[in-house]
Amino acid sequence: MKVFLDAMKHPGIAAKIIFSVSLFFAFSAPSWASSSDDGGGFNPGELIMHHITDDYSWHFFDGKYGTLYLPVIVYSKERGLEVFSSHHFYDEHHNLVSYNGYVLEHKQILLEGSDEKIYDFSITKNVLTLFILAALLCWVFISVARGFRKNEGKAPSGIQSFFEPIILYIRDEIVKPNIGPKYERYLPYLLTLFFFVWFGNLMGLIPGAANLTGNIAVTLVLATGTFILTSISGTKNYWTHIFNTPGIPLPLKFIIVPVEIIGIFTKPISLTIRLFVAISAGHIVLLSLIILTFIFHSWLVGIGSSLLVLFIVLIELLVATIQAYIFTMFTSLYIGMALDEGDGH
Amino acid sequence: MELLTPGSGLLFWQIVVFVSLLLLLKTFAWQPILHSLKIREESIQEALDSAKEAKEEMSQLKAENEKLLQEARKERDKILKVANTVASKIKDEAKSAASGITDKMIEVARKEIESEKNAALQEVRNLVVSLSVEIAERLLQKALAEDVAQKELVDQYLKEKNLN
Repeated sequence: MKVFLDAMKHPGIAAKIIFSVSLFFAFSAPSWASSSDDGGGFNPGELIMHHITDDYSWHFFDGKYGTLYLPVIVYSKERGLEVFSSHHFYDEHHNLVSYNGYVLEHKQILLEGSDEKIYDFSITKNVLTLFILAALLCWVFISVARGFRKNEGKAPSGIQSFFEPIILYIRDEIVKPNIGPKYERYLPYLLTLFFFVWFGNLMGLIPGAANLTGNIAVTLVLATGTFILTSISGTKNYWTHIFNTPGIPLPLKFIIVPVEIIGIFTKPISLTIRLFVAISAGHIVLLSLIILTFIFHSWLVGIGSSLLVLFIVLIELLVATIQAYIFTMFTSLYIGMALDEGDGH
Repeated sequence: MELLTPGSGLLFWQIVVFVSLLLLLKTFAWQPILHSLKIREESIQEALDSAKEAKEEMSQLKAENEKLLQEARKERDKILKVANTVASKIKDEAKSAASGITDKMIEVARKEIESEKNAALQEVRNLVVSLSVEIAERLLQKALAEDVAQKELVDQYLKEKNLN
């Protein structure tokens, strides 16, 4: 108990302990659990992975109506475009079955007995969450814009007065200082980026919600956006610094130039991985703590883990905001670096 | 759909949704919002600037007023000074004119007195002459008669004259 209290006093240490514990469960559990799998016990690692990865159905609670089966959209050269409900992959006992020549294997749809590539455009749990998130963002910010139109020349009111300081903060504290005088062109993109990541992170914290911003596909697309923006706004000076770094002796250039070229790609890759890891790790921690109760079958552990979960959820709320801030800040920084005209180093 | 491999479907939808979200929000949210913010900031800046300008104008006006007041005061002082000098000049002039006139009058009076005196003296002289002549005439008349009586007469006359 004393160790626990000490850990609570130092959130950093507490987070580290919890993280290592959760990592232990997340990655060691499968082997540990598989040995007891025969006894019908549940597999924590699988459960966690199931929760943080994408799925063709959205499971809210057990029972006949507890699962939302989402549409599967697949395209293959052989079969063409086909749309059907993911419900067809399950029989009444919730066992996987093949449907119409398609099988669901390791959460991947494959053509039965064929190696042909299938293009999968299914509306999965994350895609549906993405649609909801986009609709929410549109609704919120069009309302904010309406507030601005309504209150022209007047003080802000309602939802507008909540988001106006945040928009101003992003503009004045993140975008303007990092990009410089040409910031206005990039502002709509960066505002969309910030609120997409922020709202996405927060939505992921809702119990039962999908782990959208903790999915590597989502973060990869966002980071690619940063990469494209940085590359198309790169000035001559920016590219010169990468491919022919000035002020460096020729032999050193053989080292520096490859490093700089790698640097172009490590920036978006780091963005991709940072957001993905931060959000997924948070979910893993939360799920691990919740699962502790089911492993130990003890109400005492239940109380302890609930308190810890509450604590971690609060941290996660902070992380959700910080990650959105960091993603936007780094994107602004990279664009600002690309726009540098080279009057100094 | 593993943890570390990006799912192609989600990649596709993420690109489609994010790009359309970007375009939608840019047109219907960010542009009006940022535009309004800019307009508001500009109007605030303008109000601040005009307030500053008004303040400056006020202080300028005040300084001008002060200057005008100063000038008016100076003008007043000058006018007063001039008036004073004029007044004293007039006074002096009047005084000198008055004294000139009195001097003249005194002179005239003196001259008159002088002439009167002269006239009176002349008269007296004439009288003395005529008296002398008369006396001498009488003396001459008597002397022809008797010496003594003549003498007595002269004495008597002289006495008379003295008594007069």
